[in-house]
Amino acid sequence: MTALHAESRLRRAGAARAAAFMAVLAVLPFLFNQHWQVNLLVFTVMYAGLASAWNLLGGYAGYPALGHGAFFGLGAYAMAIGAGHLGAGAGYRPFLLVPLIALGTAIVVAPIARVLLRTRAVAFAVLSITVMFMVQTLAYNIRGLTGGSQGLALPIAPFDAATFERPYYFAMAVLLVVTVGVCWVVRTSKLGLALNAVRDDEDRARGLGVQTETVKLLAFVLSAGLTAAFGAVWAYYISYIVPGFAFDPLLSLVAVLMAFLGGRTTLWGPITGAVLVGPAQQYFAYRFGASQLYLIAYAALFLLVIYLLPDGVIPSASRYLDRARTAYRSRATRRDRPDQVPMEPVPPRGGRG
Amino acid sequence: MHLFLQATIAGILIGGVYALLASGQAMIFGVARTVNFAQAIFAILSAYLSYTLFGDLGIDPFLSVLILIPVMFALGYVIYAVLLRPLNKSSAELGLLVLYALAIGIQGVLDFTYQTNIRVIAPAYANYSWTVAGYQIPEVRFFAFLLAVVVLGALHLIRQYTKLGRALRATSQNPVAARLLGVDVDRISAVGMGLGVASAAAAGAAFGMVIPFNGNSQYDLLSKLLSIGVLGGMASMPGTIVAAVILGVVESVVAATISPDWSAFSFLVVLFAVLTVRPQGLFGRQLRGEL
Repeated sequence: MTALHAESRLRRAGAARAAAFMAVLAVLPFLFNQHWQVNLLVFTVMYAGLASAWNLLGGYAGYPALGHGAFFGLGAYAMAIGAGHLGAGAGYRPFLLVPLIALGTAIVVAPIARVLLRTRAVAFAVLSITVMFMVQTLAYNIRGLTGGSQGLALPIAPFDAATFERPYYFAMAVLLVVTVGVCWVVRTSKLGLALNAVRDDEDRARGLGVQTETVKLLAFVLSAGLTAAFGAVWAYYISYIVPGFAFDPLLSLVAVLMAFLGGRTTLWGPITGAVLVGPAQQYFAYRFGASQLYLIAYAALFLLVIYLLPDGVIPSASRYLDRARTAYRSRATRRDRPDQVPMEPVPPRGGRG
Repeated sequence: MHLFLQATIAGILIGGVYALLASGQAMIFGVARTVNFAQAIFAILSAYLSYTLFGDLGIDPFLSVLILIPVMFALGYVIYAVLLRPLNKSSAELGLLVLYALAIGIQGVLDFTYQTNIRVIAPAYANYSWTVAGYQIPEVRFFAFLLAVVVLGALHLIRQYTKLGRALRATSQNPVAARLLGVDVDRISAVGMGLGVASAAAAGAAFGMVIPFNGNSQYDLLSKLLSIGVLGGMASMPGTIVAAVILGVVESVVAATISPDWSAFSFLVVLFAVLTVRPQGLFGRQLRGEL
């Protein structure tokens, strides 16, 4: 089998996976059309997108960002203010604001990102969450714009009550597809290679001529802009936002949890993680109606993942499959030469300085 | 001017409590090489425990510290031995995430046990204060400050003048060299973590008398602790103490002269401004992540 063949087969497999993914996203709200089910889908798709967007910076570049709640909240408030200007009966028009909000957030965030990216590893984690707290404090205090702790109400959309959640679901689904697309483009381009180099050894990468500052900034800005887009749709969906929920310190932790669970640094890992965690979380919230229980469940799940599945579901599963396949092959050819067993993939190192 | 000085006094008093909490965090940073995102919830946990000891058994909050310190020391020791030690060889961020998850879990347990009502530990002398040359000095804050100074002094003596302290300093300076010289690095690190968490115990009991709290207060406290850590240099004890007192004073003065709403924000702005100029913080060099 030539390399070219393998590559085109791989590309075809990828395209098939992408088509299947979009098809599933498109039919899901028709298969599960109860209100609570679609609501659950909206949130699961949103978390899948948030985790994928986080993965651009946290996974590919290895920068442990903990402040994505800031960008989510910025998007939510931008939407609340924008939709408020459009007024009641705006219908689908607020969705048109979403790309603008993503772009605007990306531009606003860029100078902050430059300062943050001067630090690494633990210091970066600390500073990113500090930015989250800063923006949250602003949202509480600039009452003229944000309504302070009273929050902002958005106009209720005049959608058909029977399928009220559907427009939001499809907005989230489109954003998820865009996010996965961005991740795919990044992974397959020079940018992805550069980010990998930054994650493995930033100083050496810079020494070898990688434009580390530029690629880090790009990953940060893309990640933040996409996160803001999800925040915007979320705000229109729940139609009433307060600083404590829009700027949620937990949001990044949940995204990290999902990315770790599924396998950070992979394309489908964060989505797998979201599919595993998202519905369970919503179920907990409805069944027990108690946020403290899902706090405990998150913590327990997180610790289980880190100690039992440190590489996440997807890398662990594919390694298991590889091993099973080699074992099968070596048995089939009756050649059991241990020196030919393929080496296990080297686990990715975190982005240490 | 009177208002300014009054606010400065209040700021220094609360800054002492922050200094205690933050120096525990600095000690943990030294041995565990990661930022303890659970330090704030440890303080809240001990505030709740002290609240219960006072409410149910009538033990004075300042005396309850004598019970809380060994309990929280054991908790810190166990957390290091069970959760952090297995991670030691992998990246520092992972330890941070584990501690963050732990903080969320503890908050869940606290919210479940105590509900989310705002509490405050209110001993009989809670509202007394002395008047010195026209300035009010609330007794509780003064004793809280005193407690912080005493515990900080004890920590300093342990670090500087005991064999354990020498091992602790060696471990945080260079764990490999310390191990080669015969220090049981794993055990010493667990002890260091225990001491750091124990300082959160003392600070938490004091904090619970001065500021009303619930489980969610951990974020407010955490953002202050992180700011102190960044400004003071994560592993530097003197830097941490100076930064904590500065934070206490800035916060208190802004609250008194401008508005309480902006007190937290003003400090975050200072922090961000400092970092644009000096990414390594005001003190210390370890901040960029060269751990």
